[in-house]
Amino acid sequence: MDAQKQLFREEAYELLTVLEGALLDLEQNPGDGENIGKVFRAMHTLKGSGAMFGFDDIAAFTHTIETVYNMVRDGELAVTQELVSLTLKACDQIRAMLDASLTDSTADTSRTAVLAKEFQKYIPAGDNDDTQENGNGHRESSSAPQARLMTYRIRFSPHRDLFANGTNPIPLLNELKGMGECTMSCSVQDLPELQEMDPEACYASWDIILTTSAGEDVIRGIFIFVEDISDLSLEVIQNGTAFDSDIEYKKVGEILLDRGVISQDDLDKALGSQKRIGEVLLDEGMVDRAQIGSALAEQEQIRAIRKKRAAVEESSSIRVPAPKLDDLVNLVGELVTIQARLTQHAAQRDDPDLVGIAEEVERLSSALRDIAMGIRMLPIGTLFSKYKRLVRDLSHELNKDIGLVMEGEETELDKAMIDKLSDPLVHLIRNCIDHGIESTSERVASGKLSQGTITVSARHSGAYVLISITDDGKGLDTEAIRAKAVEKGLIPPDATLDEHEIQGLIFVPGFSTSSAVTSVSGRGVGMDVVKTGIEGLGGRVEISSAKGHGTTITLKLPLTLAIIDGLLVAIGNEFFIIPLGVVVECVDLTADDIKHAHGRQLIKVREEIIPYINLRRHFGLTSERPPIEQVVITELGGFRIGFVVDKVVGQHQTVIKNLGRMLKEIDGVSGATIMGDGTVALILDVNKLVGQAEVGEATASNGAGAQAGLKMTSSINKSAA
Amino acid sequence: MGRTILSVDDSASIRQMVMFTLTKEGYTVVEAVDGRDALDKVKATPVDMVITDLNMPHVDGIDLIQALRADPAFKFVPIVMLTTENTAERKDAGKHAGATGWIVKPFKPEQLVAVVKKLLG
Repeated sequence: MDAQKQLFREEAYELLTVLEGALLDLEQNPGDGENIGKVFRAMHTLKGSGAMFGFDDIAAFTHTIETVYNMVRDGELAVTQELVSLTLKACDQIRAMLDASLTDSTADTSRTAVLAKEFQKYIPAGDNDDTQENGNGHRESSSAPQARLMTYRIRFSPHRDLFANGTNPIPLLNELKGMGECTMSCSVQDLPELQEMDPEACYASWDIILTTSAGEDVIRGIFIFVEDISDLSLEVIQNGTAFDSDIEYKKVGEILLDRGVISQDDLDKALGSQKRIGEVLLDEGMVDRAQIGSALAEQEQIRAIRKKRAAVEESSSIRVPAPKLDDLVNLVGELVTIQARLTQHAAQRDDPDLVGIAEEVERLSSALRDIAMGIRMLPIGTLFSKYKRLVRDLSHELNKDIGLVMEGEETELDKAMIDKLSDPLVHLIRNCIDHGIESTSERVASGKLSQGTITVSARHSGAYVLISITDDGKGLDTEAIRAKAVEKGLIPPDATLDEHEIQGLIFVPGFSTSSAVTSVSGRGVGMDVVKTGIEGLGGRVEISSAKGHGTTITLKLPLTLAIIDGLLVAIGNEFFIIPLGVVVECVDLTADDIKHAHGRQLIKVREEIIPYINLRRHFGLTSERPPIEQVVITELGGFRIGFVVDKVVGQHQTVIKNLGRMLKEIDGVSGATIMGDGTVALILDVNKLVGQAEVGEATASNGAGAQAGLKMTSSINKSAA
Repeated sequence: MGRTILSVDDSASIRQMVMFTLTKEGYTVVEAVDGRDALDKVKATPVDMVITDLNMPHVDGIDLIQALRADPAFKFVPIVMLTTENTAERKDAGKHAGATGWIVKPFKPEQLVAVVKKLLG
């Protein structure tokens, strides 16, 4: 039942999203019957399914709303802004109820009551009957089970039109049979002459003797669906004998026997012969071709149904818990790794057979990998549709008129990626609404359409997905950004930056263009958080803006989080992976470099001072330091930092594996990967390492040098130099 | 013996419950998300029984029952309606359209099985 509840919850969350979409459309176009229907049905489903799976609070709450929307559907009530707003609030409340059910708590019931009351106001008194009795076809016995066996004589005489509504009397009779010992006899005395007979009418009636412990109402309950199209008489007789015969008929001979076409003797005789039973019976003149054909057709029917079932099983979809897919992807990842090892091995051995097998395995495993990855792909539209509500609420709050346009909603992306994109996108859209799009009066004054537009679009580009958020607002004011950056001490006043570099400044930590903190954006977290978040996903953020015409922010993201391109590095016998997305270059670190830095962990690369972290020291590795080390220089969140390693091994397709519960709190390591030869390499969390180093340097150094180096952005360094 | 049942409901959780319950009983269940989908599905797959919700988008349950009954292939196929309203009018409307029986939501899996067995055996 818990699994069923979970499924309902998932479904309900989806329904709420649909509901919100329909409500927002409805607000634009209050007479739209299709959306009214959608809202009504969503409420109806929440009510019906909610009650089924024990969400009684939701069922009761949605019942009232359903009633209101039924009136809307029937044209008795008009859709108003207030009603839409109220319903949206109700959606939030239902969501709260669902959330609460996860933790076995209950949502704020007083709020539910207040909202329900608001809806009640729309319902004229008297129309409001909340009575819901339960009366299913299968009646539950009202009388206590009788221990004493009773024998009944039952006469069941269906009307001629019994078959017309799809009723088959046989299962009903079988149901009776199942209740106890039972004998039945079928009377066909009403059967007319063939030429007068209506083949679709029921002429038979049945006499049944039943010995059972069940009560009379249970027996009558069996016939509940046909009580209006049959006569049923039932009397109790004290004693009765019974026998039961139940044979399964499968073979042609048995089918014919069952149909009364042939007798058991005929069948036995035919079975004694070596020929096919149908031919024997035909030769003997016991049956005609039509009868055989019909029996064969019956067999065929069963085969067809079986085939059909197989086909249905293929085409239907199933819901699978996400962790199972993660396991699958994990295993496939390992398989791919092993396969790479096999291929390498085969090539070294110079064994043509082995090479052939390795190639086959490679082909299979890459197909398997594609499929496994494909399973986790979801259309990004599921994420986009959430933002409709966001845009509506915020634009109302700020008194702006803003429309949201979505493009490429069908673009597929790894589910894990979609989950992690949610927050950064919210932030970006908020920024568009708050800072990007001007107020209606400003827009009109500058000759723009009074309604601003935010376009969210997604599209594939090779192994990447590009998501762009575009607004047609005022664009970035480079002068203002520059002035602010100087004021905040992010750049020296005399720095020469081109327009693109200035726009890039909004991603620098500590930068916020809005001087006043509003409730919408500018809550102390800036665009740098978005940038770091996206880079954490192995993606990149780009910005382009034209003053007065709007801004486009483009996120370039890998299709999946499960496999990343990494740079494999070694320290002694330990291997580490640095996500290739953040790596800028690799340079040697010689004893001279160290000497010139005067004890500080800084390296000069083409006149640029770059701080570095010595990973050997950081991780407390005791292996011997080689005479020439290498620095992998990474760029993250706008500034560069190097990592000192013994040697750079090369690029490596990395299948990310979690470290497991025991090790997941370890900072600086985001996961691990298993290499071809079985060695484990840790994947470095560059973001965290930089954070740790920043804290370390800030407390350790006496000022200028290292800290300043960390804070300065590369672009500034470059242009200042 | 595998009998095929068409489960028509716009609620995935109800469909899932019907599927789960009836598959366990040895029936084959085909799903349709509304009346229109159901009419498409029966073109491709003959079914032995139909269990349909009444309130659905595109083609609702009553219309579906009428459409199926008008089809000679469905003249004698049992059709059960799932209804949230347990009123005589609702049942009569369904029976008038040609429904064989009804199940009132919320229902327990055992009730569903009982009704299916009653009509299909």
